[in-house]
Amino acid sequence: MTRPFELCGVPLRGRVLNGSGTFDAVAAHRAFGDELLEAFPFDAFVSKTITVEPREGNPPPRLWESPAGLINSIGLPNKGVAGFLREDLPRLGELPVPLVVSVMGFSRGELGALVAAAGERDEVEMLELNVSCPNVETGLVMGADPAETAAALEAVRPLTEKPLIVKLTPSATDPPAVAAAAEGVGADAISLVNTLRGMALDPRTRRPWLGAGTGGLSGPAIRPVALAQVAAVAERVRIPVIGMGGIASGRDAHDFLAAGADYVAVGTETFRDPTAGRRIASELNVISREERGFSEAAVT
Amino acid sequence: MSEPRTRAPFGRRLARVESKVELGAYALLTVADRAGPAGPRPGQFYMLAAAERWGGDGERPYLPRAFSYARVRPAGGVGDGAPDFGSTVDSGCMLEFLLEAVGPGTRRLAELEPGDAVWLTGPLGVGFRIGARPGVRRLLVGGGIGTAPIVCLSDDVGEGGEVLLGFRSGRHARAAELFGTPADLATDDGSVGRHALVTELLRERLDDGGSGTPEVYACGPPPMLEAVRAICAERDVGAQLALESGMACGFGACFGCVAPTRRGYVRLCVDGPVLDASDLDTALFAGAGH
Ligand SMILES: Cc1cc2nc3c(=O)[nH]c(=O)nc-3n(C[C@H](O)[C@H](O)[C@H](O)COP(=O)(O)OP(=O)(O)OC[C@H]3O[C@@H](n4cnc5c(N)ncnc54)[C@H](O)[C@@H]3O)c2cc1C
Ligand SMILES: Cc1cc2nc3c(=O)[nH]c(=O)nc-3n(C[C@H](O)[C@H](O)[C@H](O)COP(=O)(O)O)c2cc1C
Ligand code: FES
Repeated sequence: MTRPFELCGVPLRGRVLNGSGTFDAVAAHRAFGDELLEAFPFDAFVSKTITVEPREGNPPPRLWESPAGLINSIGLPNKGVAGFLREDLPRLGELPVPLVVSVMGFSRGELGALVAAAGERDEVEMLELNVSCPNVETGLVMGADPAETAAALEAVRPLTEKPLIVKLTPSATDPPAVAAAAEGVGADAISLVNTLRGMALDPRTRRPWLGAGTGGLSGPAIRPVALAQVAAVAERVRIPVIGMGGIASGRDAHDFLAAGADYVAVGTETFRDPTAGRRIASELNVISREERGFSEAAVT
Repeated sequence: MSEPRTRAPFGRRLARVESKVELGAYALLTVADRAGPAGPRPGQFYMLAAAERWGGDGERPYLPRAFSYARVRPAGGVGDGAPDFGSTVDSGCMLEFLLEAVGPGTRRLAELEPGDAVWLTGPLGVGFRIGARPGVRRLLVGGGIGTAPIVCLSDDVGEGGEVLLGFRSGRHARAAELFGTPADLATDDGSVGRHALVTELLRERLDDGGSGTPEVYACGPPPMLEAVRAICAERDVGAQLALESGMACGFGACFGCVAPTRRGYVRLCVDGPVLDASDLDTALFAGAGH
């Protein structure tokens, strides 16, 4: 039997989530049918990041494969909060696991509107604030600065009782300080890392390959960076930490947990293996069971 | 009409390479997909990765690669004593993939030998809509490696389809051997068939006054598809184009494989790869082909 877990008061059947923007349950249902629901690979589902206005996303090409990694310049395409709540939320509400809605606002007002609108819906168990974007009012990247992050969170905290997860950007100078600032004003959990800024040149033209010029690097290539940041943040805060960045196996997930994460999320590995979340969870269970076996053997 | 999509089992599965033969400039890889559905639809594709030396320590290839299946046949019995992956019942199918080695992933797949294993996810995407309308004249147009989905499409359409193929050279034109019905050939260097572009053959057919309402089905490099689109648009002829763009996942997860259409960006792996030409302003967009 699997042990029951609890993230910010929400019971979860395990410890493996998906990274926002790396799994579209609606599209996957079209490709794989009801098998997706019967064997849903994650223990909670995190939506793609939703913004107030609809976004087309960046011009292609949007992908570049790098050694053990991927650089993407997707550009947060989404239907906007109204379209998301109307068209996608009812379907995501039918998933067999709790739903986390990821939101990004380009001002505190926008963030507040998103938190209020998504937070009041019964299908939504938790909200994740993607703060890897500039605040158009201050010009600062929200998640890059502890004070900016705290101010944004303070503004939206009263707007919902649902748990708020703050997703850190690895580009912050001092991610543990940002995490501590968020904890100080009522964040319920921290997730990290988002992608790292990267670039690739077209081998023929020596011009940037990606339509947006640069993109975000993910996959095993960033795992050591992510692990270091997760360890530093976990050291600093008491609220739960969701660790991600290049996790491709139960062994990797176990490393993140050992470094202080309470939960893990899987992103890019799912592109290689659609059921990676489930595989990683079962590999993790085997490792945990072996470890318990060892420690029990040690005390007797 | 419901979309021409056979659903994939959820997850990737190991499949055994049955054979690999060289076909001129291409390699034809036959894979025993015991655990997959027997009836993929022409134009659908699979994500493939070699089970070994793929996504290991550090280098490319790392992500799986997209391939249309070129031909499909029943799997047949298993009792040959050969090592098998997946289910042992007599199910699934034999899939043939036509590969052009253009980079690390396709090179790795082209060096596989019988008995090697590949990871397979699919069939994915939406295929060609063939329909059963009477009085339709079907023109199937393939260019280069884009010939792959035209082979199974021609198998499905049968005798009635007119197949037009274009290749760089006679070595590439060997792919025409995969067709059950004779095809009209054009090569860039004139070594086999007409010394012309395949779009010239298409233009002639559309203007020859033949009977039936023409419907064009095409796959090939972006400039060819754009020419097909323009030729058909000028004549108000319906066309379905199988497009390509770089794919990371193949099942709608990454939002990376978009093509610009009149409805905005669409993901080719879930809304395509076959799109109606009337949805496109151009088939020649940044990131097209791969
Ligand atoms: C739906 C669909 C069906 C397809 N069907 C077939 C088929 O039947 N047969 C077949 O042979 N091919 C098919 N392809 C194309 C095939 O998927 C590509 O040729 C393959 O992915 C190339 O991988 P590679 O590693 O060999 O080469 P790569 O080096 O990955 O790709 C070659 C091209 O991609 C670009 N590129 C180079 N480096 C990178 C990088 N690091 N990251 C991203 N892009 C890069 C360049 O344009 C280069 O010319 C299909 C593609 C799609 C989308
Ligand atoms: C294609 C792609 C799209 C992503 N979209 C989002 C997004 O919309 N919101 C977000 O917070 N993170 C997004 N991410 C970041 C992932 O959630 C995750 O933080 C990052 O990829 C690191 O994990 P990984 O190495 O396991 O992929 C995206 C990542 C990828 C690769
Ligand atoms: S390849 Fe990932 S969304 Fe199409």
